[in-house]
Amino acid sequence: MPRARMKELEPIEILSVLDEDGNFDKELAPDIADEKLIAIFRAMAKARLFDERLLNLQRQGKLGTFAPVRGQEAAQVGAVAAIEASDWLVPSFRETAAMLWRGASLEDIFIFTAGYNEGLAIPDDSNDLPTCVPVASQLPHAVGIAYAQKYRQTGSVVMAFFGDGATSEGDFHEALNFAGVFEVPVVFVCQNNQWAISVPRAKQTRAHSLAQKAIAYGFPGIQVDGNDVLAVLKAARDAVTRAREDCLPTLIECVTYRMGVHTTADDPTVYRDEEEVEEWEDRDPIERLRLHMRSRGLLDDKAEDAMAEELKDEIESAWKSARDTMEGLTDPSMMFDHLFAEPTTPLRAQRNAFEALRDDRKAANE
Amino acid sequence: MSDERTMVEALNLALREEMDRDDNVMVLGEDVGADGGIFRVTKGLIDDFGESRVMDTPLAEAGIVGVSVGMALAGLNPVAEMQFSGFSYFAFHQIEGHVARMRWRSRGRFTLPLVIRMPFGGGVRALEHHSESREAYFAHTPGLRTVIPSGPRNACTLLKAAIRSPDPVIFLEPKAAYRAFREEVPEGLDPAQLDKADIRRKGADITMISYGAMLRRTLEAAETLAEEDGVEAEVIDLPTLAPLDAETIGASVRRTGRAVVVTEAPLSFGPAGEIAARIAEEAFVYLEAPVNRVTGWDVPMPFFAREQSYLPDARRITNAARVTLAY
Ligand SMILES: Cc1ncc(C[n+]2csc(CCOP(=O)(O)OP(=O)(O)O)c2C)c(N)n1
Ligand SMILES: [Mg+2]
Repeated sequence: MPRARMKELEPIEILSVLDEDGNFDKELAPDIADEKLIAIFRAMAKARLFDERLLNLQRQGKLGTFAPVRGQEAAQVGAVAAIEASDWLVPSFRETAAMLWRGASLEDIFIFTAGYNEGLAIPDDSNDLPTCVPVASQLPHAVGIAYAQKYRQTGSVVMAFFGDGATSEGDFHEALNFAGVFEVPVVFVCQNNQWAISVPRAKQTRAHSLAQKAIAYGFPGIQVDGNDVLAVLKAARDAVTRAREDCLPTLIECVTYRMGVHTTADDPTVYRDEEEVEEWEDRDPIERLRLHMRSRGLLDDKAEDAMAEELKDEIESAWKSARDTMEGLTDPSMMFDHLFAEPTTPLRAQRNAFEALRDDRKAANE
Repeated sequence: MSDERTMVEALNLALREEMDRDDNVMVLGEDVGADGGIFRVTKGLIDDFGESRVMDTPLAEAGIVGVSVGMALAGLNPVAEMQFSGFSYFAFHQIEGHVARMRWRSRGRFTLPLVIRMPFGGGVRALEHHSESREAYFAHTPGLRTVIPSGPRNACTLLKAAIRSPDPVIFLEPKAAYRAFREEVPEGLDPAQLDKADIRRKGADITMISYGAMLRRTLEAAETLAEEDGVEAEVIDLPTLAPLDAETIGASVRRTGRAVVVTEAPLSFGPAGEIAARIAEEAFVYLEAPVNRVTGWDVPMPFFAREQSYLPDARRITNAARVTLAY
C-alpha cells in the first residue's frame, strides 16, 4: 500500500537553442543546411513586412479586420519548416507566416482580408485547410485527418496551430484525448503568445505550463522558446519524426509574444503595459536569427538590403494584382456557389430572385 | 452627462443599475473585465463592482454557460456574455440541455434567473462567423425567451427586464445598432414588459413586422411608402421574438389585410416563416395577399465585402411592400 510518485509520468522538457544575442548551442541545434536557414530567415522577414503592409492598408480603410503575426514568426516558420508539402496544415486565424511558407499567395491573402471569399479558395493541390476563426474548433479536424493518414498509410502527418486561449476550449481537450487514444500522426503547435485578446495566459489555466497538458492525454509535451526558430524547428522535427515513424502525437508549446494588437479591432493599451511589450521587443525572433546568421557569415548588409527590396517589390506587385482581381469581383451572386455539390431547387430559386433584384438595382442606378 | 446614449452605453447603464440594485447580479465572459468587453458593453464595471462580480473567464463558452447555470441554481443572477452569437454554439448543449429545461426537469424546484447576452447580425464588416442571425435556434428551443432590442432605449429597459425575469433569457444584441444612433435613455428607467410586440408606426394599409437592426430599415421603407405611394404602413417591432405576441400582430393584420415580415435571418425554417404562419392562423380571412417575407438568403453570410448584398435593405423592403399592395 504505497503512497509514492507515479513513475509513468514523463517530466516536461523545455528547449532553447539560440539566445537573445544570437549565440547558439551547437549540440542542441537542428542539423540544417545554410540555404534552408536563409530561406527561413527570408520567410520570417517576408511575414513581418507583409504584416506591416496589411496593417497599413487596414488603417487606410482598404482592408478589413485581421490578426497580425508580429512577434510569432519563429514559432510559425520554425514549425512548418519541419513538415513536407504533402503533409497537412491545420491553421487557426493568425498563421500568415506559416501559410506563406506553405505557398499561400500574398494576393489571395490581400483579397481575403479585403472581405472577398475568393481569397480563401484553396488550390486543388494543397493540403492546407482554410483559416479557422472559432477558437480550437479546428483541432479535432486535425485528429481526423491524421487518422485517415494512418488508415490509408499515406505516411503524411498533420500539423495544427492554435493559441494559449484555445487550450481552455473543450475542443482542444477532446482533440488531444482522441489523438492519444487513436494514436495518430499529429503535431499540436500551441503558440502561447501570452494573451487571448485581453486575458493573460495566467487566467486561462492555473497550470504552470501549457505543454504539461499533454501528460493527461498520454503523449509527450515540450515547451520551447518560441522566439528561437532553431528550438522550434528542433522540437517540431522530433515531433514530426514521432508522428511519422511511431504514429504518436506531440504537443509543442511555443512561448512567444503577441507584439501587436489582437486584431485591428482591438486596443491593447486598455489592458496591458507598454513595458511588457518593450521587454519582448528585446527577444524579437527575427533580430535574434539575424545576429546569429551574421555571426556565422550567412548574412550581411548587402544581402539583407537586397532581400528587403525583393520582398517589398513582391508585396507591392501582389497588392497591385489583388486590386486588379478585386475590380472583377463585382458579382455577389457567388455567395450561392459551393454550398452544395449541386444547387438545390430552393437555392436555385433564391439565386434567381437575388439576380433579379441585383439587375433591377443596377438598372435603377444607371 | 447627457441622456443621449448609444445602445452600447444604454446596455452598460442597465447592467450598472441592475448590479447596484442587487448584489447577486454578476457578469462573466471573455474580455468583459479589464477590456470592458470587445464592444465596451461592460466598460468600467470591473472598477465599480470588482473581480468577484465581473469575471474574465477562460476562453470556453460551454464553461461560461455551464458555470452560469450552477451560479443561477445557487441563487445568483448571472449575466453571461458570449463574445459573438456565432460562438454560442460551443455552449449549445448547455443552453438546450439545461438552460432551457432545468425548471421543467426539476418540476419547478430549480429555476435559472440567468441572461445570456450576445451580439448578433451583420453590418459591421466583421470576420467570418461574426455576422450571422441565427435567432431561430434559440426561439425554436422550448423554455427559452429570446429578446432582441432595436434601439438604445429598449435595449436598456429590456435588459433590465431580462435580468429580473425568473426565467432564462437569450438576449441578442444587433451589433449594427450598437453605435449607429442615439436615443434618450435617462437613468432609472423601469424595466420593459417582456413578451409584448411594440407598434412603432401606425398605419392602416399594410403591416410590416421586424426586429433588431432590420427595424430601422423597415421604418425607412415605411416612410418611403408614405412619401412616394401615399401608403400608410403599420410597423411592428418584436422586442421579444419568442414567445411571439401573435395577438398584436394578428390584430394589426386584421385591420390592414397585408403583411411583410423582415428579418436578416435566412428564409427557410426561420422566424419569418413562423410569423407568417401565425398571421395565417390569426387573420386568414382578412388577408388580401400572401404574407411576404424579406429575409437573408439561405447561405452563410458572405465575407464582408458583400454583406450588404445579403442583408435586406430599405429598397428591397419597399419593393416587397409594393408587390404585396398590388396583389
Ligand atoms: C469559440 C470562439 N470564442 C471566441 C472567439 C473570439 N476570439 C477570437 S480570438 C480570441 C482569443 C484567442 O486567443 P488565443 O487562443 O490565445 O489566440 P491568439 O489570438 O492569441 O492568437 C477570441 C476570444 C472565437 N473566435 N471563437
Ligand atoms: Mg494567445
